[in-house]
Amino acid sequence: MAIAFKQETFRDDFSYRNSAENIRRFPFPFDRDEYMYAVNMEPHVKGQKGTAFENLIDIDEHYVAEMRDRALVLKEDPLRYQALPHMMAAQWDTLELLMEEQAVGFPEHFTLARNGDQWRWINRPLGIDDTFTFGDRSTLPCEPLEYITRQAQGDFCIVDQRDGNLWMDAGMVTTQADWSLDFDIGMNFMEWHGPVPLAHQMGVFDRALKFLLNLQQGKPTRRFNWTMTINPRLDTSPENYHKWGPDRATVTTGNVGDKVHLRVEVQSLWRLPRSNAILFVIRCYLMNMNELVTVPKWARRFPRVLRTLPPELIDYKGLTRYRQTTIDWLSKFDDGEPTSPGTFPD
Amino acid sequence: MLVEGIKSRPVYMGLSIQPRARRHIFALEGEGAHALLDRKAALDSTALSRSEILYAPRGSQGKGNDEALRALGADMFFAAPTIATLLFRLRGTLTTAHMGTRLYIAGTEGFIGQAMIVALDHGMDHASVITEHRGSLARRVQCVHCKGVTEDVTHSPFPCGHCGLPLLVRDHYSRRLGAFQGVNIDAEEPGSAPDPEELFL
Amino acid sequence: MSGGTEIPVRVTKVTPVAHRIKRFRFERLDGRPMPYFSGGAHVIVSMNDNGHLRRNAYSLMSPPYDCSAYEISVLHVDDSRGGSSFMHEKVREGDEMRVSHPVNLFQPDWRGRKHLLIAGGIGITPFIAMMEQFSREGAQFELHYAIRSRDRGAYCEDLVAHYGRHRVKIYCDAEDNRIPVARLLDSQPLGTHLYVCGPAGLIDGVLKSGLESGWPEQNLHSERFLSSQPGKPFSIELTRSGKTVHVGHHESMLEAIESAGVDAPFLCRGGACGQCETRVALCDGKLLHNDVYLTDEEKASGRKVMLCVSRFEGKALHLDL
Repeated sequence: MAIAFKQETFRDDFSYRNSAENIRRFPFPFDRDEYMYAVNMEPHVKGQKGTAFENLIDIDEHYVAEMRDRALVLKEDPLRYQALPHMMAAQWDTLELLMEEQAVGFPEHFTLARNGDQWRWINRPLGIDDTFTFGDRSTLPCEPLEYITRQAQGDFCIVDQRDGNLWMDAGMVTTQADWSLDFDIGMNFMEWHGPVPLAHQMGVFDRALKFLLNLQQGKPTRRFNWTMTINPRLDTSPENYHKWGPDRATVTTGNVGDKVHLRVEVQSLWRLPRSNAILFVIRCYLMNMNELVTVPKWARRFPRVLRTLPPELIDYKGLTRYRQTTIDWLSKFDDGEPTSPGTFPD
Repeated sequence: MLVEGIKSRPVYMGLSIQPRARRHIFALEGEGAHALLDRKAALDSTALSRSEILYAPRGSQGKGNDEALRALGADMFFAAPTIATLLFRLRGTLTTAHMGTRLYIAGTEGFIGQAMIVALDHGMDHASVITEHRGSLARRVQCVHCKGVTEDVTHSPFPCGHCGLPLLVRDHYSRRLGAFQGVNIDAEEPGSAPDPEELFL
Repeated sequence: MSGGTEIPVRVTKVTPVAHRIKRFRFERLDGRPMPYFSGGAHVIVSMNDNGHLRRNAYSLMSPPYDCSAYEISVLHVDDSRGGSSFMHEKVREGDEMRVSHPVNLFQPDWRGRKHLLIAGGIGITPFIAMMEQFSREGAQFELHYAIRSRDRGAYCEDLVAHYGRHRVKIYCDAEDNRIPVARLLDSQPLGTHLYVCGPAGLIDGVLKSGLESGWPEQNLHSERFLSSQPGKPFSIELTRSGKTVHVGHHESMLEAIESAGVDAPFLCRGGACGQCETRVALCDGKLLHNDVYLTDEEKASGRKVMLCVSRFEGKALHLDL
C-alpha cells in the first residue's frame, strides 16, 4: 500500500506529527516497567505487518520531510557527511544494500533495475530517475554513500574492521542524539563510545565488540537506543547545541504533551560483502507525549521507566531539566494497572 | 557532560626506543627533549647513527635543551624555530621514509596531536607511533560549534578563541583533529556559565 | 546451524591444476547468485563422507565481484584427516554439497599505501581473490610466491601473465630460488602492509623478519589455517545437554560434538575467530590448546577451550554445552 508522505518540518514551526496509524507502528523500546541496561542485541529479522519491523530498512510517512531536512542540514554544514578515502568499496556496498532493501520493501515507491554494472534507480517520492554504472564514481552526482543516504531515513555510519577493532571511517549523520561525526570519525569502537557512562564498567562494550567482530554476512543484528528531545527536532547535533539547548528550559506542565518527545533509535548492523566493513544504521523515530498516551500501555509504562533511570543516565541523556515535569504530567495517565509483557500496544 | 575516564583520551606510553628500527625519527617539543635525554643509555652508536632529531624549543621551557640534544651525536639534528616549521620538516622526512622507520613524539599534548596527524597522513598506524607527554597539561581544543581550534587551553570553561562561546573542555579526544572537544556550557541557560577553573596547567 | 546459513551448491567443475592440487567450482542449486565477498574470505565446505560430516575451511579464489560461482583450490595433504582426501578422491562434477556464507578473517587493510603479499604453496589462494580486488580498485600491490617445484606451483603462469613480472614474482625451491624477505622488508615505502599465507614455517619466518626489520606489528598480517591435529582419543561430558561424547583419534571435539547432535557455534574451524570458545566446567587433566585466539593467561587458566582445534589428555573434561 502506498504511503501518504507528509509535508512537515523538524525546525522553526515544528509541524511534525504522527498519524494515528504511525503511532501504532512506533518502535516503543521498553519491554518492562523499569529501566534495564543491557547489550540487548537481537537478530534483525522481519517482524509483523504494520510495525516498524515489517521491512529491514524502514520508510514511513515522514520520509520526504526527513530527506528535505537532511538536505538543509548538509547545506548549512557539509561536514555532516564524511568518508575516509579507504572506504569506497564499503560505500558501494551500502548503496547496493539500501537500494535493494528499499526496492523490495516499497516497490510502489522505489525501483531498482540491474543489468550487469548498469543500474537504473527510480525514487518516486523524491522524483529521481538515475542510470549509473555500479562501481564507477563518476556516473553519480556525488559519492555513492552520500547519494543513497540523501534518499534513506536514518543516520548511517560505516565501520571498518582491523586490528581486532571497529573504526568509524565514514558516515552521514544529521539526525543524531548529540554526537558529532566530524569529531568522532576515525575513532575505534571504544573511543567513540567513550562519553557513554556506566556501560564501560559493566563490560557492555567489550561484549558488544566481540559479538560484532564476528557479525556474519546475511545475518544482520539490531538493538534499541533512546533518549528524549524537546520539540520534534531531528538535528540535535553538538554542533548546534547552542541553538537547541535552550529548548530544554522551556518545558512547563502546560506544554509537556506537545513539546516533550520520546526519541527511539533502531540500530541495525550489517556485514557488508565486498569491503567486509559493517554498516551501522541508526533509524530515529520521534513521538510526542500527547501521541504516546494514546496507547494506554505505553502511557502507564513510560513514567515508570523514567522514575527508575540511574542519575548518570539522566545527566548523559540531558533529561535533568524536564524529567520530573514529564513524569508528573504522564502520571495522570498511569492508573497503576499492570502492563502486558512485550513492547507492542495491546 | 562531565564524564570522567573517557576512553578516547589518549594514553602516552613513554618513549621506549625500538632497537630493531632501521631509522628513528624523534619529533620533540619544549620539555619533550627530556623524554629522549633521559633515555640516553638506550641509544648506542648504531641507534644514534640511524637517528634524526627534530626539535622545537618553544619558549623558555626548552632553553638549553637544543645543545644537549645536538651533543647526543645523532645522524641528523634539526632545530626548528616553531612547531609549524618542525611539522613541515617532519612531512618532508616521512614522504621519503621506508618501512622500518619508527616515529617518536614527545612534548605537550597539543604538539603530540599535531605531529600524529602528520604521521597518519603518511600512512602510519597511530598505534605504531611512540609517544610521551612532557611539559604543560594545556590542551588543544576544538570548538564543536564553529570548529575553531584554540591552543594552550588551561581553564574550563574558557571562551572559544574564534566564536567566543564559553566552552566546557571534555575528555573526549579526536586523533584525526589532534584536539579535545569544547562544548558550549551554558547553552540551556545562556549566561549561567560557572567561573573558569584552572584544570590543565 | 551455528556456523551461519549454508548454501546448497552443485560441483560444476573439477580441474586438476598442479601436483595434488585441484580446483572446485560451486554453483547454487537454486540458480540464484552467490553472495559477493571480499578478498581474503573463506567458506566452510560441508562434506558428507558416508554419513560422517566433515567441515573444512577453504579460501575463496574466484573474483570477488563474480557471483556466478565460488571457486576453491584444495591441496591433497599427506596427513589428511579425511577432508582433503574426500575432496580429491570422492567429489565428482555434478555432486551436491553445502558451503557456508563467506567469512573474512584476512581482510586487507584498505588504508595501505601498498600491499606486499607473500605466499607459500597453497597459501596462494586468498591472494588470488585479493589481487583481483586490488587491481580493480587501483591499489598498489606486489606478490612474492614461493613454490617447491614447478609442477607443484599452482597458477604461477596465469598470475604472471595476468599481472606482469613486475607485480608477480615466483621463487622455486627446486631451482634454489628463495624469497629475499629481508631485502623486501627494507625497501618498502612507509604505509606498506604485508600479508603472508602458507606453511607455518614461512609465516613464522616472515613475521619474525618483519619485526626484526623494525616493522610495527600493525602492518604485519597473516592467515594460518590450523587444522585440528590428530591425537589420543578421549571423552567429554556435556553438562547442559547431559551427553557423553567420544572424540576419536582423527576427530576434533567440534566434529564429535556435532556428530552427537549438539549444536555448537563455529566460524573458521581453524582456531582463529573465537566463535567456538567454550567454558570448561571441570578439567581433571591437561587441555592441549592449539588455537591462536585465547591469550596465554586464558589458556593457563583452564577455564576456556576452543573446540575446533584443541584436545585433551587426562581423566575427565566437562564442557558447558
